[in-house]
Amino acid sequence: MTALIELEGAAKTYGAFTALDDVTLSLSGTSPSMTAIAGESGSGKTTLARIMLGFIPPSRGRVLYRGKDVASMSGSERRQFRREVQPVFQDPFDVFNPFYRVDHVLTMPVRRYGLAHSDAEARKLIEEALSRVGLRPQDTLGRFPHELSGGQRQRVMVARAVLLRPKLIIADEPVSMVDASLRATILDELKTLNRDLDISIVYITHDLTTAFQICDNIVILYRGTVAEAGSVERVIGDPKHPYSQLLVSSIPLPDLSKPWGGEEVHNDEPAGWTVEDGCPFAPRCPHVMEMCWKSRPPKYLPDSQRLATCFLYRDAPALKEDDISTVFRAPDAAIQPGRARAAATP
Amino acid sequence: MMPAERPSAQPAAPILVVEDLNVHYDTTDGPAKAVADVSFSLRPGERLGLIGESGSGKTTMATALMRLTRAPGRIAGGRVLLDGQDLLQMNTAELRATRLRDIALIPQGAMSSLNPVMRLGDQIIDAIAAHVPRMSRAALEQRVGELLTSVGLDPSAARRYPHELSGGMKQRAAMAIATSLQPKVIVADEPTSALDVVVQRQVMQTLGKLQGGLGAAVVLIGHDMGLIAQFADTVGVMYAGRIVEIGPVRQMIEAPRHPYTRLLVDSLPGIEVKRDLSGIPGLPPRLVDLPPGCSFAPRCPYAFDRCRRETPQLQVVAPGQRAACHLYPEHQVLPPLPRGHAANDKDYAA
Amino acid sequence: MSKGLGNLRRALAQRRISGLLILGLGILAVVLLFSAIGPLFVNPHYAEVGSVLPRRPPSLQYLLGTDSQGRDMLTLLIYGTPNTLKMGLIAGFIGVGLGLVFGLLAGNFGGILDGVIRILADALLTVPAIAILVIIAGNVDQMTTNVMALVVASLSWMFTTRTIRAQVLTIRERSYVEVARVNGESPIEILFREIMPNLLPYIVASFVGTVGSAILACIGLEALGLGALSETTLGNTIYWSQQSAAVLRGYWWWWGPPIVVIALIFLGLFLTSVGFDRFANPKLARRT
Repeated sequence: MTALIELEGAAKTYGAFTALDDVTLSLSGTSPSMTAIAGESGSGKTTLARIMLGFIPPSRGRVLYRGKDVASMSGSERRQFRREVQPVFQDPFDVFNPFYRVDHVLTMPVRRYGLAHSDAEARKLIEEALSRVGLRPQDTLGRFPHELSGGQRQRVMVARAVLLRPKLIIADEPVSMVDASLRATILDELKTLNRDLDISIVYITHDLTTAFQICDNIVILYRGTVAEAGSVERVIGDPKHPYSQLLVSSIPLPDLSKPWGGEEVHNDEPAGWTVEDGCPFAPRCPHVMEMCWKSRPPKYLPDSQRLATCFLYRDAPALKEDDISTVFRAPDAAIQPGRARAAATP
Repeated sequence: MMPAERPSAQPAAPILVVEDLNVHYDTTDGPAKAVADVSFSLRPGERLGLIGESGSGKTTMATALMRLTRAPGRIAGGRVLLDGQDLLQMNTAELRATRLRDIALIPQGAMSSLNPVMRLGDQIIDAIAAHVPRMSRAALEQRVGELLTSVGLDPSAARRYPHELSGGMKQRAAMAIATSLQPKVIVADEPTSALDVVVQRQVMQTLGKLQGGLGAAVVLIGHDMGLIAQFADTVGVMYAGRIVEIGPVRQMIEAPRHPYTRLLVDSLPGIEVKRDLSGIPGLPPRLVDLPPGCSFAPRCPYAFDRCRRETPQLQVVAPGQRAACHLYPEHQVLPPLPRGHAANDKDYAA
Repeated sequence: MSKGLGNLRRALAQRRISGLLILGLGILAVVLLFSAIGPLFVNPHYAEVGSVLPRRPPSLQYLLGTDSQGRDMLTLLIYGTPNTLKMGLIAGFIGVGLGLVFGLLAGNFGGILDGVIRILADALLTVPAIAILVIIAGNVDQMTTNVMALVVASLSWMFTTRTIRAQVLTIRERSYVEVARVNGESPIEILFREIMPNLLPYIVASFVGTVGSAILACIGLEALGLGALSETTLGNTIYWSQQSAAVLRGYWWWWGPPIVVIALIFLGLFLTSVGFDRFANPKLARRT
């Protein structure tokens, strides 16, 4: 079985700065999954997304799509990759060319990928895609982007991706600029696409709450490295890496029985220490040990559904292969295929 | 640290009283009522969180409290009484003396409000010297050191330029300037909107400490119910320019009475159990053509005829809690969501 | 094209067309009208040397008087204004056209091409253009208004190049260009379909600015006597009045009227450019 998309030791450096350091992971092509990539700004999550989308080449390592290296694809393979791996961007304002009506972003892919044989068929495809994301075609088509709300615009962008019948949607902070009351609806739509249309979704976010709600597995990045990865229940429900613990305890929950955690520590770095010398989180870690400054921790497996890159778990076995997705659990969509579809037709 | 359990400042007289505040934006389609008939009061030491989505009037409200409203916006009526004095009636000199000394604003994106070509210390000194002209240089510098320490920065940060600081540090610096004259009221408009979750928590905790030390009242304006819940002891919910519900934080989260508050709380997923996400169907109304009656009625699963005719006024629905909703006083609590409500199944957003 | 009209209709509906733009275009229209219907009221022969009595002050017969060589000033103005405008427009079209091509090449393709174009544009911008123009114009054998326009156009493209290049670089980073890429559009299609339409405001603004500075350059060269002296232009009129020491001799009607027309042209162009800026950048005109 060939994976849908694989990263093999992907890294991205800008001069001396390492944006992403050696990430290996693969997403299955047979059971569509929802994977969250989480971290703060500068964690490398957007770099990872752009590498997966083929927007930027990795400085080291490879990206394989259906077993083919994206860097050396033939023309037709590249077209297929371009069509099947679709982005949803963060800013729902900047994705529309202000010169055109919203129709433009929907008609262009139909024409350029030859999805329809006639204008009527194209129109039908576009209307279907809009309806699928909860937009009324007659209220949406023919409008200029500034006449739609941020939530509506983001839905048009999801519809654009759906139109191409992709295998993978990479959504980079798709709701961070959308109003609170509309966020849940858009995320729910992503989940529905995953279940009903068998589209795998990579959800890039800084918001662990929504990641927990919609995703199966999560990768937590810190300064370009994987801090913790595994099922959302384990990683967010019971974080093991001190950085994940810090993130989870900083979520402002609307729950008065869960007040925010306390202050954070700042350790003095040994003279001449650079982040390459040891664990990148060592300077902020409340459990820092001598060894943390001296070498990079391997990926330990505190349990079967997660890995933590932290010496606190040095008694646990280490991950043998590089691929972090070996600790991922089976996706929800694989357990309950077509649940939403069945519910929709009583 | 439990905001709700902090010693309450119950007996003191209010420091800030807002009465029937109205702010309009003049547009070619007529005036947009960005803030409509808003009234509330704050006692010293109280933390009020005002929550609203974009277009709810919350930022307009923050600027109006400082009387910083700019054209095409204008304050169309009402009073903002600061320690008994109406800010809206003051002359320019009185206003200049009052801002920062009695009421200070931490603006949205305060980090970019710092002057990029001035050292941090000099910016703080400028702010103080404008109000306290006869302070010696040495005393000023000592004060700068104290202020920076109070916001969790090293006193050496005084010699730094804004570009040498991280986002969180700049936000702290902006807080140091805002509290430099020990104001009685601090208005914070989304003070952490561009910060990462860990830094956000640290900045909010610093703001909490500062406020506790000064005994100042805080109006925290935001869109994140979780953040407001973690900080405020009173929560006001704004919708289409009005406060639709206001009350103690615990009641607002555990027993909201207004349907909008309920749906807003419900749209926030926790990290305990996975559940189907439910947004609020429909869109916030355009402020220039508000629907007749209750502005939330078109999106409200409980709406009935009266809601579409008559604008509900705030009324007491529980001790300390008021809601603007026609379900009361007929009902004691918010009834369960009607079956087949649009938030339960899929609905069009247009 | 219909989309452009749609945008214009939308802008009009939203009252983004400011009073300044209308005033500016109005002034330009008056100047054009003056030179378009003026010939109906004057005798073209009066623009020839010795056709009328010299050095007459303004009177009912000669509304703006006559010059030292026996020409009617009003007739000179009426026939000179369109020639001056023509030079400005030709130089403007060529200058902006070159600037657009260079700017697109530099911004879109980058690399060595970008380096060469950028260095050339920056270098030419720092050299005083009038000095180069004086040398070129002084070495042209048969000066005509068309040749003059070409000479000026040769140094009118740099500003447009820089503006367009900078805008292309900015627009290329916009998410909608990335969306176009994943929508299957080719690089050329992205350039013309996504980037170009958003350059229109800058192209128009550059055009207005370039026409203005081209007219100024033509007048400057003509005032130095380097113009097409056999043709009637505003700059030549000033040259002749200067040759006859009009200022010293108090013959204000020799230099006053051409300066007023030139000032009106510049005021019109300036207001148009400011007004258009507001139209192109809605944020300046109305805050939402």
